Amino acid sequence: MNYRMILYMFGSVLKIESFALIVPFVTAICYKEQTSVIAYLICIALCFCVGKILTLFKPKSKEAYAKEGFITVALSWIIISIFGAFPFMITGHIPSFANAFFETVSGFTTTGASILKDVEALPKAHLMWRSFTHWLGGMGVLVFVMAVTPLFGKGSIHILKAESPGPSVSKLVPKVKSTAILLYGIYFVMTLVEIVLLLFGKMTLFEALTLSFGTAGTGGFSVLNSGISTYSPYIQYVITIFMILFGVNFSLYFILYFRERKSDIFKSEELRAYLGIIAAAIILIFINSSYLFKTVEEAFRHIAFSVGSIITTTGYTTCDFNIWPEFSRVILVLLMFIGACAGSTGGGIKVSRIIILLKSIKKEIRTTAHPRTTLKIKMNGRIIDHETVRGVNVFMASYVTIFMMALLIISIDNFNFTTNFTAVAATLNNIGPGLDLVGPTGNFSLFSDLSKYVLSMCMLIGRLEIFPMLLLFSPSTWRK
Amino acid sequence: MNIIIVGCGKVGVKLVEKLSNEKEHDITIIDTNSKVVSEIVNEYDIMGVVGSATDLDTLKEASIENADVLIAVAGSDELNLMICLIAKKLGNLQTIARVRKPEYYKTVNIIKDELGLAMIVNPEQNAASEIARILNFPSAINIDTFAKGRIEILKFEVPSSNILNNLKIMDMPSKVGTNVLVCGVERGDEAFIPSGNFVIKAGDLISIVASIEDTNEFFKKIGIRTNKVKDTLIVGGGETAYYLAKRLLKTGIKVKIIEKDEARCDELIQLLPKATIVCGDGTDNRLLDEEGLKDYDSVVSLINVDEENVLLSLYAKSKTGGKIITKINRIEYGNVINALGLGTMIYPKSITAEYIVRFVRAKNNSMGSSNIETVHFILDGKGEALEFKINENSPVSNKKLSEIKLKENILIASISRGGKVIIPHGQDAIYPNDTVVVVTLREGIKDISDILSEE
Repeated sequence: MNYRMILYMFGSVLKIESFALIVPFVTAICYKEQTSVIAYLICIALCFCVGKILTLFKPKSKEAYAKEGFITVALSWIIISIFGAFPFMITGHIPSFANAFFETVSGFTTTGASILKDVEALPKAHLMWRSFTHWLGGMGVLVFVMAVTPLFGKGSIHILKAESPGPSVSKLVPKVKSTAILLYGIYFVMTLVEIVLLLFGKMTLFEALTLSFGTAGTGGFSVLNSGISTYSPYIQYVITIFMILFGVNFSLYFILYFRERKSDIFKSEELRAYLGIIAAAIILIFINSSYLFKTVEEAFRHIAFSVGSIITTTGYTTCDFNIWPEFSRVILVLLMFIGACAGSTGGGIKVSRIIILLKSIKKEIRTTAHPRTTLKIKMNGRIIDHETVRGVNVFMASYVTIFMMALLIISIDNFNFTTNFTAVAATLNNIGPGLDLVGPTGNFSLFSDLSKYVLSMCMLIGRLEIFPMLLLFSPSTWRK
Repeated sequence: MNIIIVGCGKVGVKLVEKLSNEKEHDITIIDTNSKVVSEIVNEYDIMGVVGSATDLDTLKEASIENADVLIAVAGSDELNLMICLIAKKLGNLQTIARVRKPEYYKTVNIIKDELGLAMIVNPEQNAASEIARILNFPSAINIDTFAKGRIEILKFEVPSSNILNNLKIMDMPSKVGTNVLVCGVERGDEAFIPSGNFVIKAGDLISIVASIEDTNEFFKKIGIRTNKVKDTLIVGGGETAYYLAKRLLKTGIKVKIIEKDEARCDELIQLLPKATIVCGDGTDNRLLDEEGLKDYDSVVSLINVDEENVLLSLYAKSKTGGKIITKINRIEYGNVINALGLGTMIYPKSITAEYIVRFVRAKNNSMGSSNIETVHFILDGKGEALEFKINENSPVSNKKLSEIKLKENILIASISRGGKVIIPHGQDAIYPNDTVVVVTLREGIKDISDILSEE
């Protein structure tokens, strides 16, 4: 294992984090929050110094294989979450490490689950930092590092693969670095458009920024205790649309911008399925629970918002869907598992995996009925190779195993089944709110420290799609 | 530049390896085998497309419309030509095809013109011309030429009882003359660009830069013979053997070819009436002895099985003091084979890749992003020799060498000005319109300004 290369990468990541911390630092200065100014200054200095020391020694060989790539990504995410938790602890707003770590992991993994009862009591700088971690974590911290640092040679594709969600990750252009720059370019422009549109809705700059970061990363930290419910319908619609847009595979935006035939994006089965699922969910919930709302427009707005928020695993709320009828609630839980498209900033199992799984089931039924037929699973008119199908199957098996293990451990805290089940679902799928005690009006503070660590791991496992994290804990990884 | 490489065989991979080292290229590979594609994409920073390159969708996916060069090195000649033909129609690009069948040998120029190909490469022919060059100067292990053939970089092994043994590089001018410069030394696995204090030892492989006339002079002085071989024994009668024999017979070298397959022997008799064709198993040492192996000036092993070639050459080495050349198609253990001390190894796939890389660099040069004229990989691939054309604005023009601060492991090996070759010393200066050969162990030198130290 190329340890020096891995250490060097940690250094680069920490340096990037020190620059990212400048955002809340500036916020603290603007709002004259003195303790936050000092806290962020300490953290900036700390991240930068540690990062600088680690990058002082250039690795002899830049070679990195799959193992190094996965380990780098998994450990980097843990490291940035630890360092990112310090500001909350220094100012004393979240004194316990378990809580601060949970909150930061929730930020970077774009989960949006919180242990805070009263977010409005937090300084603006902290609110900004929480939301900004969403933005960075959404597209990936190491992808950002790759976009801005020169040191990436052979094997950098493994880092992209470990950090980008989806069953098969491919580059947009031949070079990893250019791909990273393009992805962040698209991401940045879309975020900017949302900020401008929110400002049109007479939002303050602070709120427009934090909510746009939260939407872009499909995170879900809000700055008000009431979530998004008190904003105007215009703002709610803008956020709905952007949540759904950020849940789309970014390579489609690349096609939209760079290719001549724009209609090519609708050739993507995943996009059609994604939009179809959203439409179907809205219609079904509307039929089932529209009687709870005063007007049709209001019903549509809240339902569309909730569906968009859950399927993209954002987790913003405009209404308490915990009080909806059981059928609607189950639909939301199903959407939690489906998740957004591959190659988006969203979490969950991903629509493309669901498609491949359903097609494998169909294939299995057919081959049982007609044992001699040869069938291949196709997507977008192309045959999916066996490796990818196998990868999806193994992903599902590990997903269920991890889900069960996490559920078992947090059930020690003795809450009811809905709370436990949706708490794991909401963290493993990077959504944020679950149902019952962890529903839109509740939060995760009631869990024990052990459960918080388990749920933090769930978030990381969910964001990095299981295997980088599992690799980290497998003894065979560390053997020669 | 945007480069598309079709076919991920040995040559394709070699091209990817060489070209992806140069950061300015965006490379896309196309192959029908998804496993091979994903393997290469995992290793190099390039994009892979799985599919047939004659399929429009595949070419579109590889964004053919933005490509500058397409290199077709897939399995068959006809496929390569077909791909180039289609590609040419789809985009504004230059195409290179590998065409190896000897029956195309005479029609190759017609095909090239008609299909608008920029270049046709034939690995067997390229290997043959490389071998022929060395047989014409058997003391060298490797010869690269620059400045339209006026300058040579020539690699040879220092014999044990030689004036060069235990000689300091800075003492060379007084002992063996001034017009030769040692630009690289390989000792074991390591390669150096030697400084003045470096002491040459017997067994070192040293590379020298000199004009052609001075090379001969130099070798005479150090007592190594320079005349070409008188006769050669070629074992294995494939295409390379045919091209090689044809060349050698033209320069008056006697050729004997040993080939196992009778039908092929008949063909060779037709094709090469002046050569002696022996029908028999070339790996059978009794046959070799019978055919007078020990009396031959040179032996070339061109069997298609690498391992047999190596063993054959080892046997030949034990029997004759002549030049031995071994062709290696596939096996990678370059260091291990070099340690056997067999002399010259020929890697046809690397030679082909090198020809193409040279073309791509020249094309890149004409697009204005660098001023490299030619590039050769030297010191067993560990170093490069680059030829630059110097213009008015160049940071090195009108400067004495002693004023130019170079990065580590870089050497200005020669200057040529109006047909004259200068092996430079501190007092020599570089002027506009000179061409300069730079030897380096670094990668990614693209412009003459890249050789300058930053301090």
